[in-house]
Amino acid sequence: MANNQYKADIGLEVHVELATRSKMFCSCAVVDPISAPPNTAVCPVCCGMPGVLPVINRNAVELAIKAGLALNCQIAETSIFARKNYFYPDLPKGYQISQYEYPLAYDGFMLIRTSQGEKRIRVRRAHLEEDTGKLTHMNENGETYSLVNLNRAGVPLLEIVSEPDMHTVEEVLAYSHELRLLLRWLGVSSGDMEKGSMRFEANLSMRPVDCEELGTRVEVKNLNSFRAMELAILYQMKMQEETLSRGGKVEQQTLGWSEANNKTVVQRSKEDANDYRYFPEPDLPPLVVDSPWLQAVKASMPEMPAAKRARYAGEMGLNGEDIERLVEEKENVRFFEDCLAAAPALNPKTIVNWMLTDLFAWLNINGKAIDTVDPKLFVQLVEAVDEGVINQSTGKEVLVEMLESGKTPSAIIEAKGLHQISDNSLITSLVSSVLQANPKEVQSYLAGKETLANWLFGQVMREAQGKANPQVVKTELQRQLDAMK
Amino acid sequence: MTEITAFTVKEALQALETGQVSSLELTKAYLERIQRLEPALHAFITLTPDAALAGAKAADERRAQLKKAGAALPPLLGLPLAVKDVLCVKDVRTTCGSKILENFKPPFNATSVQKLLNAGVVVLGKTNTDEFAMGSSTENSAYGVTHNPWDTERVPGGSSGGSAAAVAACFAPAALGTDTGGSVRQPASFCGVTGIKPTYGRVSRYGLIAYGSSLDSVGVLGRSAEDVETIFRLMAGFDPRDATSLDRPVDEPGCAGAADLKGLRVGVPKEYFIEGIQPEVEARVREAIQVLAAQGAQIVEISLPHTSYALPVYYLIAPAEASANLARYDGVRFGLREENNGVIDMFMKSRGKGFGPEVKRRIMLGTYALSAGYYDAYYGQAQKVRTLIKADFEEAFKSVDVVAAPIAPTTAFKIGGHGDDPLAMYLEDVFTLPANLAGVPGLAFPVGFDAQKLPVGMQLMGRPFEERTLFRAAHVYQQATDFHKQTPAI
Ligand SMILES: [Zn+2]
Repeated sequence: MANNQYKADIGLEVHVELATRSKMFCSCAVVDPISAPPNTAVCPVCCGMPGVLPVINRNAVELAIKAGLALNCQIAETSIFARKNYFYPDLPKGYQISQYEYPLAYDGFMLIRTSQGEKRIRVRRAHLEEDTGKLTHMNENGETYSLVNLNRAGVPLLEIVSEPDMHTVEEVLAYSHELRLLLRWLGVSSGDMEKGSMRFEANLSMRPVDCEELGTRVEVKNLNSFRAMELAILYQMKMQEETLSRGGKVEQQTLGWSEANNKTVVQRSKEDANDYRYFPEPDLPPLVVDSPWLQAVKASMPEMPAAKRARYAGEMGLNGEDIERLVEEKENVRFFEDCLAAAPALNPKTIVNWMLTDLFAWLNINGKAIDTVDPKLFVQLVEAVDEGVINQSTGKEVLVEMLESGKTPSAIIEAKGLHQISDNSLITSLVSSVLQANPKEVQSYLAGKETLANWLFGQVMREAQGKANPQVVKTELQRQLDAMK
Repeated sequence: MTEITAFTVKEALQALETGQVSSLELTKAYLERIQRLEPALHAFITLTPDAALAGAKAADERRAQLKKAGAALPPLLGLPLAVKDVLCVKDVRTTCGSKILENFKPPFNATSVQKLLNAGVVVLGKTNTDEFAMGSSTENSAYGVTHNPWDTERVPGGSSGGSAAAVAACFAPAALGTDTGGSVRQPASFCGVTGIKPTYGRVSRYGLIAYGSSLDSVGVLGRSAEDVETIFRLMAGFDPRDATSLDRPVDEPGCAGAADLKGLRVGVPKEYFIEGIQPEVEARVREAIQVLAAQGAQIVEISLPHTSYALPVYYLIAPAEASANLARYDGVRFGLREENNGVIDMFMKSRGKGFGPEVKRRIMLGTYALSAGYYDAYYGQAQKVRTLIKADFEEAFKSVDVVAAPIAPTTAFKIGGHGDDPLAMYLEDVFTLPANLAGVPGLAFPVGFDAQKLPVGMQLMGRPFEERTLFRAAHVYQQATDFHKQTPAI
């Protein structure tokens, strides 16, 4: 049977660590999960001590609202926190405070761009919750035990749940990348997947292409990188397709992606599914986001990548690839727009060319971030080349020196005497002295060997030690040769 | 002269102010009395005599300094106080009457406790309670039963039985209690003292070890409405650590200057005078209502039609919340940890050994009520009926200012009297549960005795945040009677 008989329906659940300074329900600092010593960012509240109570971090709510708005969601005027009950040593209270029936954001969508064009992926909901702690399993001389680190317990998370609207790995990756871009863009999350700031879970089912009804789905957890996501989804699609082609049935279960073995492994089957006994959190009144609050958050939102893309392509005529390189980092966009503001006369394309080639190359080699560069100096350099004060290749040298020394381009040009010679009388005499010095070549040219014009041009440029404006030289040379004809 | 341990809060503060006694003398007097009589009563789980004496000495020094400087004194400077053992007191063992917290010393003070410490109180110790405040007799404590000072063969009520007994026995001029379903009012009634269950949200719950989070409130027990109000007012107010506490200003005292009850409309709900109520209890309550009438109050018969649902609703909601609140006792971070064979085994053994039978019963009840497939029928339905009970009060308070009712169907019963019958014990709370479900304040005070000289109490319930009206009415009543001044002969 042919492979294309089945199609996949894939939804994503993404846990996003919000970029707040303090935790979701207490004032403990959110610390680096790798470098901070264990259990140093904890207090009675996030340890779940007897008698403590949670208090909602308003900053976390605002970041969640921003994310909800960027995902075109409805923002609930009243949302309700709920307790999700289960026992685990990394869960201090024996329940996680989450949102269940009434999430903060719901009924949204995100537009993704694929090789098949633009596609709309529905976002079912986005809700606030708290993270758990972290266990480290130890084995010392055969004695096994676990260590609990509660630094992460209580860190605010936003869980973003899509509908199963994706059908290919390409779409899944496009959704994931775009989501990460949006969240980083808004400062909602660092999106640092290596540090667990964004964690993906996929639900995946397959059905015959002509079947309306969705198949039995499996959930795949531990997708800690885009690569893992791609491999796990391809793997599961292949497995399920094989099963269905054989006439078998897919079992509803939760799987984990094993990075080491490049395969999915069963974590639990349907029968072991937990009953979380959700009920409204009595320690927290309903979360009310009234209109003034919502409007204030809306007003604080920057222009979103989609709008930037449209403007850069339309008004400025930038190409798609360059636009993506700009918008993938908000800092790039900020730098680019600072340049535009500093030099409104320059063609945006010229700025982008310098930025994405020579500037980015230097930043990469030197491991520097773009916010270390002064856009005003940078556009001075681009202008110097654009106005013919120096030529392109001199411009590259001046750029590097400018970045390394912090000196202004004009100071560098001045100090090194790099000005192009655009003075017509000087070039006129340079050209005539070169023509006088090479009578044989001039004669051959006049006899019809036209390629010798280039050779003569090179001689003039050499005489000028590369500082002559090539355009002016070319015109003057042609004029004098024509006069000899 | 009255023995100094029999002082009311007001008298004690006056005596401290005039220099008639020092805080150290007063604290010593209480500690000596406790030492002498505690074996017969067992009101405390933990006594903190060293800290109390040091605190009293510091209070006396502070008083001298501030007086010298002509500065204002904290309002309760040097006043000894007992605290129910479900409220966190920093670095003092806080057990909740449970084995699972046998060695737990909280690293912080409950906000209610902290506010009173700021006002100058000296903590004598932690009083006995039913385990996690689950009970109506203090028999469910893992640290032994408390005896009623009026008859040591009887229970003091519960769960704040230790605090009620301590006040009745003059172990302290006042004590903190908590009330989730009647746990301040019922023991106040059994021990013949005055006790307030404030409006939900009036006093911070931070540091009150949770039982039923939507019902729990921190209250005070004392020898008079005036005393209780003094302490209550210092605990009340918004707390940024408790998102359910409300930002409402604390009223001026209701007791001050109250001479009569002219204009006060007192509702008497017919659903609270049911068959099975001890005739003397009904008689004393009706007599007390007549006293209120004699002071100028207008008595109105009213109906709170959903009263009979309070018991089943409470025994779904409170255990459901408790089942989650008590999940943190897993042996991982604090409290009892039993040696184990892996983590599940540790959870089961620690909880199995740490919790007593009533706590286990309520955890199971609550877990069941929240389970998939049962939620709507039990917890969900209970929440709906709860709104009807609340609506009963809202409706009643359109035509009356306070509701007067009995607190418990009987006076104090014999220790072991309810045997192994949890339902009989649950019925103890039938008149106190509605105030918790509705979130309204309730004030209990003594209104006489039965034939066996056991105290009978009555409660006044009021509109949310109108504790002041309750205090005023009880104060006027106490000006006209002397039941609250009687003390047991021990
Ligand atoms: Zn914390």
